[in-house]
Amino acid sequence: MNILNHFLRKIPIWLVYFVGLTPPLWLLYQGFTGGLGVEPIKALEHELGELGLQALILGLAVTPLRRFAGLNLMRFRRAIGVLTFYYIACHLLVWLVLDVQILAQIWADILKRPYITIGMVGFVLLAPLAVTSNNWSVRKLGARWRKLHKLVYPAAVLGAVHFVMLVKGWQVEPLIYLGVILGLLALRLTPRRTLARA
Amino acid sequence: MGFKTDLKYADITPKADYLNRRQLMVGLGGLGLGAIAGPSFGAGQYSTDEAPNTLKEITAYNNFYEFGTGKEDPARNAHTLTTDPWSVKIDGLVDNPGNYDLADILGGVDIEERIYRFRCVEAWSMVIPWNGFQLSQLLNRVGVQSSAKYVYFETLVRPEEMPGQKRAILDWPYREGLRLDEAMHPLTLMATGIYGEDLPNQNGAPMRLVVPWKYGFKSIKSIVRISLTDKQPEATWNMQNPREYGFYSNVNPRVSHPRWSQATERKIGGGLFSKKQDTLMFNGYGDEVAHLYDGMDLSKNF
Repeated sequence: MNILNHFLRKIPIWLVYFVGLTPPLWLLYQGFTGGLGVEPIKALEHELGELGLQALILGLAVTPLRRFAGLNLMRFRRAIGVLTFYYIACHLLVWLVLDVQILAQIWADILKRPYITIGMVGFVLLAPLAVTSNNWSVRKLGARWRKLHKLVYPAAVLGAVHFVMLVKGWQVEPLIYLGVILGLLALRLTPRRTLARA
Repeated sequence: MGFKTDLKYADITPKADYLNRRQLMVGLGGLGLGAIAGPSFGAGQYSTDEAPNTLKEITAYNNFYEFGTGKEDPARNAHTLTTDPWSVKIDGLVDNPGNYDLADILGGVDIEERIYRFRCVEAWSMVIPWNGFQLSQLLNRVGVQSSAKYVYFETLVRPEEMPGQKRAILDWPYREGLRLDEAMHPLTLMATGIYGEDLPNQNGAPMRLVVPWKYGFKSIKSIVRISLTDKQPEATWNMQNPREYGFYSNVNPRVSHPRWSQATERKIGGGLFSKKQDTLMFNGYGDEVAHLYDGMDLSKNF
């Protein structure tokens, strides 16, 4: 694990941003060239949404991985967080511009359809986190910054519930996302002292 | 009444597109089309003049949860389904109940081409050139008793060939039902082919229902049982979530679904910048079917 941590320390953060920026562009390219099937709008929307959930999970895994496995990804956590917001913003943008298209219907959907309301609330919770993802904000907000960034917990749960609710019937995949997110949050409840003894 | 008559996809699609679209079929053409799809002479009367979707679109984007919940899953997984031999149990309030071999059923009906609009409850749509026969022909042959009021349908249950059935995503078998007058309506089709070919497995081979004025999930696939009843039969999505899926499930832009606005739809095949189009009452078949629901509150009987 030490070797791995040593290796990870050498990865420049800009590379993480660079690699992280590409998947939505690649998906868009595939959408143009037929790689996303005969209904590319929905496919693009779903892929971006899942990407957002996966990035959320990775971000939530940083702390438990360090605590329980000794793997240190702390350096990358801000990049992971910012990329998470980027994926989810792309997901929202595709829904607004390519999918629903009609302004009146967008409002009706947000207000009337619970799974969309929940998804939007999750996005709104993430927005201040993205805005305060800079050193100036961390200094300025001090202890409040940590508190504010705990909003990622409810946002992640809402994101997964959004997925569970939007599919028809009880499908396995969204339930796995919800389970993993709830699991990662539950790990934060284990008291530290008990672990020190173990 | 009716739509523009005697149009077939050959008449309304530019020749080049048509050939391109049907590249796959050119080789099959000489063999007199599919074995059970049959040639389709003098279709027309009920067909739409809208441009049909390509065979690829129709066969690559399906909801058939027996083969998985993803839209591409049926195309990927349905090849495992054995459709020959195939028999259909016809029972309930009929004069001649029994297990009918598919060939027996098809021997006594006229196969026509019907180019229908197809509207999914998920707010997407296609135009599909089906081949099939009017359900009324089959029902008349088996003899519907006067006490019958509804028709009930069941899809095959065979988890070893239908991997989606290994999980209880839905309460298998998939079930659907129609009121008898809906079932006897000339628009109501038992489809056995698309574009003159045998129905691909992912589209509900070897025989499926097509009710073009209702949301797609009513058009039950791979049918193994037809039962005449005097009580409203069970219908899978209605059982699963009665608040969202009514027994009638007529296409209705004015009755909003909790998940999807039904006012508009997107026709498959328009690419990344595809525009939405307005959804029509009864999916555009109002002249033919609106009278079936005279005096009914369609926002209650959705």
